[in-house]
Parts: sequence; structure tokens; C-alpha cells
Amino acid sequence: MTKATSRLPDILKRHDVALQKEWVNEQLSVSRLEAMSESALREHAQRFFALFRDAVQSGELGDISGPAWTAVREMLGELSHAFATLGYTPSETATFVLSLKQPLFVRLRQEVGRDAEALADEVWTVTGLLDKLGLYTTEVFLKGREELIRRQQHDMMELSTPVVQLWDSVLALPLIGTLDSARTQIVMENLLHKIVETGAAIAIIDITGVPTVDTLVAQHLLKTVAAARLMGADCIISGIRPQIAQTIVHLGVELSNVVTKATLADAFAIALKKTGATIGKAAAH
Amino acid sequence: MDRIPILRMSEFLLVTVQVDMHDRLAMALQEDLTDQIVRHRSRGVLIDISTLEVVDSFIGRMIGNIAAMSRVLDAETVVVGMRPAVAITLVELGLSLPGVRTALDVDKGMALLRTSLNGTPNGGS
Repeated sequence: MTKATSRLPDILKRHDVALQKEWVNEQLSVSRLEAMSESALREHAQRFFALFRDAVQSGELGDISGPAWTAVREMLGELSHAFATLGYTPSETATFVLSLKQPLFVRLRQEVGRDAEALADEVWTVTGLLDKLGLYTTEVFLKGREELIRRQQHDMMELSTPVVQLWDSVLALPLIGTLDSARTQIVMENLLHKIVETGAAIAIIDITGVPTVDTLVAQHLLKTVAAARLMGADCIISGIRPQIAQTIVHLGVELSNVVTKATLADAFAIALKKTGATIGKAAAH
Repeated sequence: MDRIPILRMSEFLLVTVQVDMHDRLAMALQEDLTDQIVRHRSRGVLIDISTLEVVDSFIGRMIGNIAAMSRVLDAETVVVGMRPAVAITLVELGLSLPGVRTALDVDKGMALLRTSLNGTPNGGS
């Protein structure tokens, strides 16, 4: 596909200024300008065009992953981030690159003229090249998004496992969402550190927000209970819904070594009793 | 060879592990402790492992064994001050030390020993 005879480098060199102008005009006609000023767009276009021209001079027109295209790739990466921050969609960002086709094709037709075969070859080369660059911006955009999702997932994991102190030496751990191994690990660490910090004797693990309890989740729960017990804290599992009680028994999960309660309130009452505290209504005088 | 000191406190024995517990040290502790329980006719043993940072399956099992032996000699055993990382490691190793009583710190461990001894008809002062 890469052809030493391609006239693209030559055309880009000779029609430098004119091509740039036509390209920017082309872009101004298609892109939304509310997010970016015309001058900013011109500046981006100028930078890209200069780098693109230099890279094309290397003659490497089939593959943009080579060293000749490093500067262009870096520039497009930045551009993709900048456009995404401004609220452009990935296709709008790709259009930035792809809109260069129109003016280039016009020039090619003028230069190559009547030789249909040569023209087709040139068009094919340019299309392939610009498509790759356009796709590259989309790829960068997606990578940025994926990174964001990963970070948010991590944050969510941290946020969704709070350990709260209910009373002197009574902790509660309201679990919300599905328990997997990674989350159990974080939950366990949070709980154990909080036990050390507060000197708690009883921890209530509330699973009202856990949608399903299968054998794996139950095993994770039991691990947490065992670890807390090794630290000298008793655990109570509360918030077991009727369906979950049925599932647990059907699955044959052994929970008999753990104190279980239907509601957090019941668990709290037991915890208070164990720590020797009492709560009652003030006697009326 | 190093030995882990065992302190006698009236009817209790106090073991504080201040160094990294390697296998031979754990074996020595097991022997010393059983000897001492019999010699002093101790009723309670408190093992403080708050400075223990690294455990493997052997040490985990030794802790369980020491507690079980003390119980056979009619001494209540409490393991206190286990670090979160150690607790997680033991659980992941499948050693949840079912027969061992635990407490968060020495203070709570002593309280646990006292109540459990005073709770039995012939126990305690």
C-alpha cells in the first residue's frame, strides 16, 4: 500500500497554505463553534497540519504506529483529550481529522488529472491514512473513558463500605451491593482497622443491601466474621430477608456459629445487652 | 537460644511475644508454657501477639495448639492484640482458630480471663 511514487508529500508541500485554509473552512462549516473559538480551532488545525506534513515527508504512509508518526500521535492524543473535555463527541473529534479528505481529494484531482488509475491509488492511500488517524483519536478517547470508569469503580468500592460506630464499642457495617472477593477484602480491612481504632467489642454486619447471598458471598461473610473474631470482636449478621434465609438453608450454608438477626434494630439490642448497656424510655414522673 | 519470657501474675501467666516468632521459638514456647502452667497451677494464660507482624500456617497452628494444650491443663487461654493483617492472613490460610478465645488488647483480655474464672464455681479469688 505504501507507495514511494505517491505524490501526497509533494502536494502537501506545495499547497501548504491553500490546503490549510480550505481545510479550516471545511471544518468551520461542519463543527459546532459554541465550545471552541475559531482561533483555537485554527491553532489546532495549524499544529496538526504542520506535524502531518512532516510525517508524510517520511514516506511512511501505510502505518501510523512507526516513529515517524510519534509527534502526530501525541498531538492527536492531546487533541482528543482537549476535545473530550470541551464536550465534543468522539465522532466530532474524528471529523476534525477526516475533514482533511475533502480538500486533499480536490488537490489530488487537479494534480493527477486524467489518469484514473493513479488517482484511485492516491485517493486510496490518503483515505487509509486519514482513516487511521481518525480512528486513533477515537481510540484515545475510549481509553480515557475506560480509565475514568476504572477510577470511579475504585472510588465506589472505597465509598460503599463505611464502618460506623453506633455506640461505645459497637460498630455497624452496612453492606450494600454484591460482595465479591475484592470487595470483601476491602470490607474486612476497613472493619478490622476500625475495630483497632475504636476498641470495639461487637460488630454488626448488616446485609439488608446485599441483593443475593450465594455460597461464595456467604463464605466471604464468614471469613470477615472469623477475622473479626481473631481480633477479639464478636460479629452479628443482621438484615437477613426471608428469601435470603431460604436461599441460605437451601444452599446448605452453615451459619450456626454466627449470631444472626432479622433486623439491625434487633442486632443492636443484643449488642447493647452484651456490652452491658441498657436503653429504655425515661420513666414518666 | 532465645526464649519468649513468661511472666507470672498471681494465678495467670502472661506471654508477650516481642520478637519475630520463628518455628523453633514457638516450639520452645509451647514447652515452657506447659511446664509453667503445671508448676504454678495457673488458671489463665494471656498471650499478647500485638508486635507479631508476620505469621505463616505453622505459627498459626502453633498458636492454636498452645491454646488447646493450656485448656487441657485447665487454664483458660486468651490471645490478645492480633493485628488486622495477621487476622486476615490467618483467615485466608483457613486457620480461624475456632477453640481460641480472643480479645482486642491486654486490658480486655485480663477482664475476659477474670470474668470467666469468677463465673465458674471453683474459679478465681
